[in-house]
Amino acid sequence: MLKVSTNPHIQTNRDTKSLMLDVVIALMPAAIAAVLFFGVDALRVILTSVAACVMFEYLACRYWLKCGNTTCDYSAIITGLLLAYNLPSTMPCWMILIGAFVAIIITKICFGGLGCNIFNPALAGRVFLFISFPVQMTVWPKPYFLQMFSPDGETGATTLRMIKSIGKAGETSQSMYLLNDLPEYWEMFLGNTGGCIGEVSALAILLGLAFMLYRKVISWHIPVYYIGTVVLLTSLLYWLTGNVRYLPLAHLLSGGLMLGAVFMATDYTTSPMTIKGRIIFAIMCGILTVIIRAFSAYPEGVSFAILVMNAFVPLIDKYAVQRYFGEKK
Amino acid sequence: MDKLILINILIMGGVAATAALVLYFVSRRFRVEPDEIAEKIAAVLPQANCGGCGCAGCADFASTCSKADEESFAKLYCPVGGAKVMSKVAAIKGYAAADKKPSVAVLRCQGTCTNAPAKIVYDAVSSCRIANQISVGSSGCPNGCLHLGDCVKVCRFGALSFDEKTQMPVIDISKCTSCGACVKACPRGLFEIRELSAKGSLLYVACRNTQKGALARKNCSKACIGCQKCAKLNPEITVENNLSVIPQTIDAKEWGAQLSENCPSGAIIYREKINA
Amino acid sequence: MPKTYTFPMGGIHVDKHKITSDSSIEFAGLPEFVTIPVKQHIGAPSKIIVNKGDKVKVGTLLADFDGVVSSDVHSSVSGEIVKMEATPNANGYYETMITIKVEGDEWEKSIDRSPEVVRDINYTAEEIVQKIRESGIVGMGGAGFPTPIKTTIPEGKKAEILIINGIECEPFLTADDRLMQECAEQIIMGARVLNRALGIQNAVIAIDENKPKAIAELQRLSKLYVGVNVRVCRTKYPQGGEKQLIRAITGKEIPSGKLPIDVGCVVQNAGTTFAVYEAVLKNKPLFERIITVSGNACTNPANYRVRVGTPVSYLIEKTKTDISDVEKVVLGGPMMGTSITNIDAPTTKLTSGVLLLKGKEFGKKYQTNCIRCGKCATVCPAGLRPFAIKDAVLYNGGVAELKELHAMDCIECGCCAYSCPAHLPLLDYCKLAKQELRKK
Repeated sequence: MLKVSTNPHIQTNRDTKSLMLDVVIALMPAAIAAVLFFGVDALRVILTSVAACVMFEYLACRYWLKCGNTTCDYSAIITGLLLAYNLPSTMPCWMILIGAFVAIIITKICFGGLGCNIFNPALAGRVFLFISFPVQMTVWPKPYFLQMFSPDGETGATTLRMIKSIGKAGETSQSMYLLNDLPEYWEMFLGNTGGCIGEVSALAILLGLAFMLYRKVISWHIPVYYIGTVVLLTSLLYWLTGNVRYLPLAHLLSGGLMLGAVFMATDYTTSPMTIKGRIIFAIMCGILTVIIRAFSAYPEGVSFAILVMNAFVPLIDKYAVQRYFGEKK
Repeated sequence: MDKLILINILIMGGVAATAALVLYFVSRRFRVEPDEIAEKIAAVLPQANCGGCGCAGCADFASTCSKADEESFAKLYCPVGGAKVMSKVAAIKGYAAADKKPSVAVLRCQGTCTNAPAKIVYDAVSSCRIANQISVGSSGCPNGCLHLGDCVKVCRFGALSFDEKTQMPVIDISKCTSCGACVKACPRGLFEIRELSAKGSLLYVACRNTQKGALARKNCSKACIGCQKCAKLNPEITVENNLSVIPQTIDAKEWGAQLSENCPSGAIIYREKINA
Repeated sequence: MPKTYTFPMGGIHVDKHKITSDSSIEFAGLPEFVTIPVKQHIGAPSKIIVNKGDKVKVGTLLADFDGVVSSDVHSSVSGEIVKMEATPNANGYYETMITIKVEGDEWEKSIDRSPEVVRDINYTAEEIVQKIRESGIVGMGGAGFPTPIKTTIPEGKKAEILIINGIECEPFLTADDRLMQECAEQIIMGARVLNRALGIQNAVIAIDENKPKAIAELQRLSKLYVGVNVRVCRTKYPQGGEKQLIRAITGKEIPSGKLPIDVGCVVQNAGTTFAVYEAVLKNKPLFERIITVSGNACTNPANYRVRVGTPVSYLIEKTKTDISDVEKVVLGGPMMGTSITNIDAPTTKLTSGVLLLKGKEFGKKYQTNCIRCGKCATVCPAGLRPFAIKDAVLYNGGVAELKELHAMDCIECGCCAYSCPAHLPLLDYCKLAKQELRKK
């Protein structure tokens, strides 16, 4: 019997699964960097988070949604990895479980599963943990390159917190002492600095970005516009005030900006669908990030900025219309 | 301390007074005269918002009724509520209700997978409208059911269900309100709103195929082949385009059994006693 | 490296599968019966002027055009008319067709069958249009718009450039490619005939990069003819779309709802141009065309010169393919072609290819949720947002919303459905949207 179907009779092999697998591969350098800098603790956090996310996704798809099972398409693995990357390496396992629950069940499955969620699951999970367990979430173990077990459990502050407190204190002797404590830029670039396990190494994230761009998983617009806006605004503030807390390069290389701009803001489901919309979204994310970093009590603002902008995505999608063919420019 | 309380009271009172004033003027400015008759009518309507009456919804129908004069009111009819509801509406308006017999939707096709076996595999989005566009359908009958259930999706009263065995929609006559949604949804016009006879029986031709007998028969064993047998029994019945047309004027109770028994292909369907 | 032209908005790169671009055109032979539909074009069906039992020759007029948008239909074989009734077409629907029993191969006397290329055009514009009309030429790219209408410039409009569309961006199809390789000079002469009809001096032949032999041949010949230029276009789908081609060659965009002539362009398919040459300079009506028979289930893929009305099944037999192996038969290319249900249906003036497909690669793939990646909007050459059209159709957005989304501008190229990672049938939703809009 002949088959009859609508055209086109060929379809691309780049299905959801293969795109997601590419994202997982792109996330691998950051995982390696995390293990290199934070030892087995980082590995523990990553594995717990991924396992928890996949488990929740499987259970929810099997017993609740009862529709197509999306466990096999790697999306839960991405959420798990991103959630882990946003946590410090000392995070207790049970807290990670709670984070994974919020990420998968509350932010993703409750809205209808893959493709239907409004907020980025990993970010929502992180922000939930951040607000519920502020102490555990702001303890940053110092990185020890290539030492699997951190010897003394020594902790320190992130670069962003340091420059924020220096900026607040003014040029006192104490702050000058802190200033000497700031890591070198190349250290920040490589990842030898305190912070969440996945966000410390800008190099690893850039490698991931390059891979995703090469495989055409994402377009370049969101990362470039987002990071560009942040650099531009912090430079402007630094130039106007001369305050250390606005050091543009420190803002660029430390904190969650790189991870956020490359992996979180570009999440398909929670970012706008047209190029024009993506540019608006990225610029707004950048502005919000700088506002939160510069003027709020928090040293870090990427997660909040992206989550706030996530809520605006339907609106952006409605109004950021690309040019129709034949329409005047 | 007293002063503080006083200031608080003044501020809160001031805010309350301003808000009250604003609300008062806004409500004056944007006041909508309630249409009492329409509200009364809306209360007796089924509130299914199916659009079967031709209006946008029940509220729209109610306001149309309330605005209608005697002549235009006679044309308005709520197929879902039927004569019962319409007589209530008419009582509110003080006019005579449109006189319509109770009716139900009937499916004019029997192209099940046994009667009209599939010759091709349909491998695309499950939408009858799309299937109708790209091919004649699995059985080869250009007027037959496409087995994809667009009608089931539009029925708001749960009267249509899809029978996986026959691959055809099934009408639950007790739930059908004859709103006409399925009539509009079917790209091949296989549904017809049929009046029930006085004793509640139903008679219709369950085929739409206009091809010549042999051709129609090739694709479906239950196709109307235009053999004129029914027309010979009852002269009111005509055969147009190789398809028998049974007018509503024929009493189903009286003729039904005879016609359906004599139809050689079993395309004429007679059902006795339907409690709709 | 010469300059290549392309359109900037959307488009995709598909696997080419051009397995037959080096196999020369063979005559498919004469089947026992041919079935010629009286409507092989957009517009009104033609009026039949013959009777059952009539003897006809190759090129005898069977049906006369009826109304402005209509076309003549000629016999493609000699023999006796045995049937004139509703016959199932490729989709299985019934339409009026004339069935002729083939007896010998006797041509009308007026047809010039000599192989020499005629190089003199001794006709006025009106005579040319008249000849094109009498030869029943329609746009052979697939749309089937009657050519005489396209060659008559409406009052107040002016043609500036004639574009010969030699682009075959659909995978598998090589009919136009082979035609340009083997009959390059005839196509150039056809372009000059059309130029004369339009009253302009310059014609551009657009070919895509992946046809080096056709490009070389046409470039060599175009030097001998003043006013005929060859432009090489980038291999990108849908480069052969009329609007996309005009944008690539002239840089002008046709506004929504307007025709090419509104921006001073006339686009003719390479096959059509060849037919125009034969009609005007050889007196040969359009009754045969080049068809690529190919596909992954086809054992001997080839390019055939096929008489209009030859059954698809005859061509399948000709390639010695076992039909039970074939899962899907597609008329046209895999992107825009239609899969057919009735392989006894005839090929028409518009059939550019018969594809015999099987296997996973050409089946519908498992659908998942939309992950909102926006690929459909990025690849749409019309700048539409298929995801929004899909939502509007699924959740009864209504006519106003569909209009706002410019659903009517969809050119049905299938780029969105091709590139959707969730394998959603986005094109189907766009088609439904267009249906909805046409209703009102």
